[in-house]
Amino acid sequence: MHELSIVMSIVELATAQAASHDAVAIEEIELDIGCLSGIEMDSFDFAWQQAVKRTILEHAQRRVNRIAGKAFCLDCETEFAMAHLYDGCPVCGSHLCQVKSGKELRLRSLVLPD
Amino acid sequence: MCATCGCGPNSHEHDHSHDHSLQPGNGKKIVDVEQDILQENNLLAQRNRGFFEGRNILAINLVSSPGSGKTSLLERTLTDLKSELNFAVIEGDQQTTNDADRIHATGTKVTQINTGKGCHLDAHMVLHAVQGMKLLPDSVLFIENVGNLVCPAMFDLGEQERAVVISVTEGDDKPLKYPDMFHSSTLCIINKIDLLPYVKFDVAKAKEYARKVNPKLEIIELSCTTGEGMSQWYDWLKAKILQPV
Repeated sequence: MHELSIVMSIVELATAQAASHDAVAIEEIELDIGCLSGIEMDSFDFAWQQAVKRTILEHAQRRVNRIAGKAFCLDCETEFAMAHLYDGCPVCGSHLCQVKSGKELRLRSLVLPD
Repeated sequence: MCATCGCGPNSHEHDHSHDHSLQPGNGKKIVDVEQDILQENNLLAQRNRGFFEGRNILAINLVSSPGSGKTSLLERTLTDLKSELNFAVIEGDQQTTNDADRIHATGTKVTQINTGKGCHLDAHMVLHAVQGMKLLPDSVLFIENVGNLVCPAMFDLGEQERAVVISVTEGDDKPLKYPDMFHSSTLCIINKIDLLPYVKFDVAKAKEYARKVNPKLEIIELSCTTGEGMSQWYDWLKAKILQPV
């Protein structure tokens, strides 16, 4: 259940950002969560509901961009969609691949009342 | 400006995968943050890593599911090599000091971290543990993580090496079921090989699966009960220790 730690980190980051802009509320929060980042979205949603209570994010609308997994084959240089970390290159079958996207875990933006 | 794609309020000719529910000018302020959610942990991990490097301490994060034999592996290693190397151990468990007591009995310096309900160690916990330990330069620090093949994968502690331990009493498809841990590890130890005649575990399959997830993963098979394969692990360990300048 590391999702709870992740949500608590988001609350901390967002609280600090809001404070630096003298905001007392956050209306909207935008997150990037990659499909290979190791986050289980059901657990994340559950943790979110609990962890944002009585915080500045309690009433914030949440937008999550799920970033699809992409990898680059180091043997034949094919770029391909990676659904699982154990997926091999669809062209040559090699597993010597570099993950190009899908590992993201990022707080992108906040919408604050003016 | 749109925080997702950087487009301005008057330049909306291109396609969007996201909607623009809130545009500037309606009394709201959009703040581009662009911060990694784990950045605080990662910064503390880098601080730990710098401390370890400055003192030439080899820090190894030991991860596995509960019961794979991490503590037994440490007990045997510490006993066998204590005349050759300086060791220290950080034990992570939700409750009890049982593991720390076992390590203490080998005569090794040990600190126990109890995470309570927490399912993993993080860099902040390790930072505080290290502050109280007076680690010797040119030593080896084992950080035994909470037994869990999922959550500890995401948290860098500042270690140089991450060793994942699986045992032959588990399924040989563990690497496929828990790919994040095998993807982020540098060494895989297959423990309890003395039990192979009694279980269905297919070593070749387990290795194949592990290398599917991480082709660079080094793999050592051993039994800390019989001692078989331990010399290979000791050779690996000694090869990783940087010689003092």
